[in-house]
Amino acid sequence: MLTQILIAGFGGQGVLFAGKFIAYKGLFEGKEVSWLPSYGPEMRGGTANCSVILSDDPVGSPIVSAPDVLMAMNLPSLDKYEDACVPGAKIIIDSTLIERKVKRDDVDAYYIPATKLANDAGIPTLANMIMVGKMIREAGCISFDEMESALAKVVSAKRANLLEVNLRALQMGYNYEA
Amino acid sequence: MAEKVLMKGNEAIAEAAIKAGCMHYFGYPITPQTEIAAYMAKRMPKIGGTFLQAESEVAAINMVYGVAGAGFRVMTSSSSPGVSLKQEGISYIAGADLPALIVNVQRGGPGLGGIQPSQSDYFQATKGGGHGDYRLIVLAPASVQEMADLTVRAFDLSDKYRVPAMLLADGTLGQMMEPVEIPEPDVTPVEKPWAVNGTKGQRQHNIVNSLYLKPDQLEKTNFERFERYKQIEENEVMVESFMMEDAEYCIVAFGIAARISKNAVIAARKKGIKVGLIRPITLWPFPTDTIARAAEQVRGFLSVELSMGQMIEDVKLASSCKKPVLLCNRAGGMIPSPEEVLAKLDELIQL
Repeated sequence: MLTQILIAGFGGQGVLFAGKFIAYKGLFEGKEVSWLPSYGPEMRGGTANCSVILSDDPVGSPIVSAPDVLMAMNLPSLDKYEDACVPGAKIIIDSTLIERKVKRDDVDAYYIPATKLANDAGIPTLANMIMVGKMIREAGCISFDEMESALAKVVSAKRANLLEVNLRALQMGYNYEA
Repeated sequence: MAEKVLMKGNEAIAEAAIKAGCMHYFGYPITPQTEIAAYMAKRMPKIGGTFLQAESEVAAINMVYGVAGAGFRVMTSSSSPGVSLKQEGISYIAGADLPALIVNVQRGGPGLGGIQPSQSDYFQATKGGGHGDYRLIVLAPASVQEMADLTVRAFDLSDKYRVPAMLLADGTLGQMMEPVEIPEPDVTPVEKPWAVNGTKGQRQHNIVNSLYLKPDQLEKTNFERFERYKQIEENEVMVESFMMEDAEYCIVAFGIAARISKNAVIAARKKGIKVGLIRPITLWPFPTDTIARAAEQVRGFLSVELSMGQMIEDVKLASSCKKPVLLCNRAGGMIPSPEEVLAKLDELIQL
């Protein structure tokens, strides 16, 4: 089993953080994993994306050029990567920021107002993890249990209080019904 | 077995260097390798080592020269334009027969180029770079695990032969995270009776120098050094062969290009094309014999590189041009896809 995941959005939306969490979760499930960020000179704004590969076999190229799973966190990301997805790909879309639907009819699209849900819940920086929760629900490439150990790897020990809100965000995404 | 952790390639180099007993790091920041310096800045003070951000790359390499002369494991790291600046110092270190590690996490060039991954410093790393007759031991990792393992190997080889070593990576390998088991090498210090570390009135003083004004003496040091290079060529080649047993075509690629090529080999095999991959792990010494043997077996070679075609010259040389050698390349920070490799492979088959 090989799952190639591409997460894309604006810089500052937590794209790399979300990818890191998925990679750690995969690692703890005994999978081979790779995580590759796009890197640029800017810290915020601009575009950010990251390739995460989960595999039963050693990972070859770490670059995801044909995603099985696309998490689109803004419109430019969906515009840029929709066509690159494999047929049957799962596309998770933040419908607060992306008003259009997917154009292709050979992919499965899931719309979730992640940014609005995050704002309403008072956790405005965690739309990314709501998206991850939804992704786990629909793509099933990692399981939705024992999230804490992987979260503990990506949330700094000094800010352990963030662990609980991240978990809440994941659950919001996982349990979301349109 | 130690726990596997997710680490960036750059961080794995830094941690492995510390594990290998390197207590001295000198550098100057440049994308895409700055995580090495950042890691060293955090860790070195805690273990009683030295982290120093020099005023320039030139200063940093000369600090490496000094510490190497005193007999300690020492390293610097940079990316392409910064490594160009270090070349004078590297030539001096080679000329003074000192062990040291230089890491180049390559980015696109020439000039200031860009910050995206590249392999276009192959010539610079393997053919000299600085002035004079000298070689670097050049190791080319292709995974985060190898970033760590080959860092340790580079220190060992460098000490063993008194030849500076270079780890030649690229921006992708530096920035990507993979599970890695940090090596726990034996760090019994190597005897360095030549080191300039104080005589304490007990012995004749040592001299570390690369200046020989009498040409017969300079010639002698060069010939002696090349005897050691010969030993390295005979004993230290590292190469991976993948699906070569029955291969009719051979891809040659190192580093990140080899990872992409492996995907292409697997895809081509599914279509019934008998192709294999030779991945040089040491770029110098180059796996000449492996390529020469393959030249007797396959119908053609494909050199896959993130450059305008540099290693291809060594592939042609090693295979004595007995079979056609084509190039599949992207440059300037672009990366070929497995599909592009397959398309070029088709061209080779059509020849």
